[in-house]
Order: sequence, then structure tokens, then C-alpha cells
Amino acid sequence: MPTTKSLYGRRLPGYAIATAIVLTAAIGLAFFYAPIEADQGFSQKIFYIHVPLAIVTLGGFVFGGIFAIQYLRSGDTRHDLRSYTAIHQSLIFCIGALITGSIWGKAAWGQWWVWDEPTLVSFLIVFLLYCTYQPLRFSIEDPERQARYAAVFAVVAGVFVPLNFIAVRLASPLIHPRVLSSSGDSLPGDMRIAFYSAIIGITLLFITICKYEMSAKHSRAQLAALRRSLGGDGNEPAPTRSAAPRIALK
Amino acid sequence: MSAARPPSALSATRAVLYKELTLERRAPQTLTAMALFCASAFVIFHFALGRDEVEGALAAGVLWVTLALAALLGIGRSFVADREEGGLDGFLLAPAPRTALLVAKATTLLIFLLIVGFFAAVIFSVLLLGPTPNASQWASLALLIVLADLGIALVGTLIAGIAIQTRARDLITSILALPLLIPLLIAVTKASEPLLTVGGGTLAWRWLALLGLYDLIFGLLAYALFDYLVED
Repeated sequence: MPTTKSLYGRRLPGYAIATAIVLTAAIGLAFFYAPIEADQGFSQKIFYIHVPLAIVTLGGFVFGGIFAIQYLRSGDTRHDLRSYTAIHQSLIFCIGALITGSIWGKAAWGQWWVWDEPTLVSFLIVFLLYCTYQPLRFSIEDPERQARYAAVFAVVAGVFVPLNFIAVRLASPLIHPRVLSSSGDSLPGDMRIAFYSAIIGITLLFITICKYEMSAKHSRAQLAALRRSLGGDGNEPAPTRSAAPRIALK
Repeated sequence: MSAARPPSALSATRAVLYKELTLERRAPQTLTAMALFCASAFVIFHFALGRDEVEGALAAGVLWVTLALAALLGIGRSFVADREEGGLDGFLLAPAPRTALLVAKATTLLIFLLIVGFFAAVIFSVLLLGPTPNASQWASLALLIVLADLGIALVGTLIAGIAIQTRARDLITSILALPLLIPLLIAVTKASEPLLTVGGGTLAWRWLALLGLYDLIFGLLAYALFDYLVED
């Protein structure tokens, strides 16, 4: 008998409220507290969205790879679901980072796309690679094999990301605004508070959306299991091919 | 009567490699297709670019884009015969280490890529290349072909192992391989550029180091992950 309490939805309201508060505060700080940047003017404000989006995207891809390793080691399908969700949402955040980066490029250099900008170019390559994750999953029918092959892909792609950044950076002159040095002290204090708030806000948004997706998938699986247990034999639709992981209910 | 001993990794690798090369020798498919593809691509580049001769970055781009696309043909064919004729099942039934399959497949692909790479470089220098490289530049180019082909063979075998179990095998091979090969292509085109320039230049070591790093990382990844691809 499936459990009625959703495994992934327990802390969802708390995360959602925290996200709303922190993100609103971060936007407020970015627009009303942080000073206007001397060189780029108001257009620099997009930095408070673009950079956190990029950082969270990379973090999401890395976690997708880590969950994939855990899946390969344990065979636990929950890790596959986590890996899938992290990569799925990171891909959406990656589109956000590319679009905001492009807008920033237009404002700063007058062009929608700049090939001399290694970080943006690296992001495009990473985006193209991770775009193949869903088609790969979708083209394998057996759920166990789908999860295993997707995990292998996630590990390979996770290792590819830093290698790709090195290659693209070596091949391009450096013109991206260096807002953070390794010690993080190149950003004035007012800007730093707004920037860190934005990072926390976007991270919370990412976690909330991931939890929401996992919760929704889990609830749908529970509903299907309940329908089956109520004796709907013959009437239930045949399981369709899907890129999403098949959830095993205990 | 004594029980048969399972084959060692080396003898299993040798057996699969022998099978692969015999298959290609008896019914040449992949090598000829790749070589013909390269020659046709150079002719297309001649008309598409509207040039009789290319040099420098353009020459490096034409040569390596052609070789990368030709490699896709080889990668796509890598496991097809085994899958269709039951060779993969036969190998899995045998008490041989799975790594033997990886090493044999990657070596086969490497041999094909090296043959096609050197063939394409010669054809390219006759048909399209403006400057005539000297002996040391040819040696540097040969080193680049070896390092790049090693990386392509490792990544290609991993991708071929993934793609063979999918429905849209050809599509998955292409869309997976091209982004994964971008760092390798960046390094190898940048390294080839001075070798294909009038007046000539020398090989930059940082690109060789990047190629070596790429080969090492994907070699380790293929070794660590290949078993998961041939579990059933």
C-alpha cells in the first residue's frame, strides 16, 4: 500500500516562503541599496541575476553528477530522481544565465553575442551537452537501463565542465568583467551584500523548484499506485515512454 | 578433466581486436567510408569557401572539422555489428573482463582514426593546403593527430557504448559526441594553426598539455564507467 505522505514535499512550504523572502530582499538590495556601477551604469544590475544563475547552474550540474555516482554505487532510484531533477532544473537555469549574459553583453559591448567572452562561450557548450540528457533518457525504454546510462552521462558531463572551461579560457582573451577575485574583495561592500543575498535567493529558488518537481513526480506515482490498488484493472492507461525516472513506491 | 581457465584481460583484448580488424579487412566498410568522406569534404570546402588554397586558422579548421565529422562515422559503427549479430551477448557470456571490450574497441577506433587521419592530412596538403610544411612541422602534425585521435577514440568508445542501447542511435551519437569533442578540437586546431601557416611556426606546448589532460581524463572515465554500460 503506498504511503499517503509525500516523501519530497515535507519541507516544501518552508523552502518556498524562505525563497520568496530572500529573493525579494535580494532584488530590493540590488536595486535600492547597491550603488550604480561607475563604468556600466544601471545595466550592471543584471549582474545580480546573471552571476548567481550561472553559479547555481554549475552547482546543479555538479550535484547531478554526484547523485549519479551515488546511484551507480547503490542502485537506489531516489538518487536517479535527484540527479535527473538537478540536471533538468540546471538546464532551465542555464538558459536563464545565457539570456541574461547575452543582454549584459548587448548593454556592455553593444552585441548580443561575444565570442571573446570565454565564460559565456563555455556556458553555451555546457548547455549544448546537457541538452542531450533528455533525448538520451527518452530513447532508452527500460527504466533501469535508462537510469544507469543517464548516470554515466551525468558523471562524464560533470567532469567535462571544468575541462571545457579550461580549454575555452585558454583560447580566448579575457574581457569578462572580473567582479570577484579569488579572495572576493574586489566587490565594494554594498554590492557584496546584494550579490551574496542574490546567490542565496537563487540557490533557495533552485532547491524549492527541485523539491517541487520531485514532489510532483512522487505524488503522480502515488496516485497511479492508488488507482491500481482500487482495482482499476483494464481501465488504466498503458505506461508511456518517458525521459523522467520511474519511481518505485514501497 | 581440468576446468577451462577464464581468459586473461590481455588475451581477451587481443581476441576482440583481432576479430574487429579481420571483420574490417574482409568486408571494408568503416575505413573506406571515413576516407571517402574526408576526400569529399575537402572538395566541398573548396567550392563552399571559393578558394583553391587555405592556410593558418582556416586550414586547421577545415582539416579538423573534417576529421571530427569523419570520426562520427567510425564511432557510429563501433558496436553496430556486435549488437545486430549477437557479438555483444556472446562477449558478456564469456568469463572475460569487460575492460577488454573497452580496450579492444578503443584500439580499433584509434587504428581507424590514425589511418584516416594520416590519409586525410596527405590528401589535404595536395588538394587544399597552401603552405608546404617542412619535416619538423609534419612530425608535429603527426604528434597532434596521434594525441587527438587517442582522445576521440576514448570518448567515441564511451559514447558508442551509450548510444548502442538507444532507439535513436545515430542521433544520440552525433549530439553527444560533438559537444564532448569541443575542448579537444579547440586544442588541436589552435595547435595546428602555426604549422599550417606560410612561414611556419612551432607547436605550443600548452595545447599539447591540454590534449594530454583530455586523453588522461577521458581514459580514466572510460575505464571507470564502461562496466556500467555492458552490465546486461
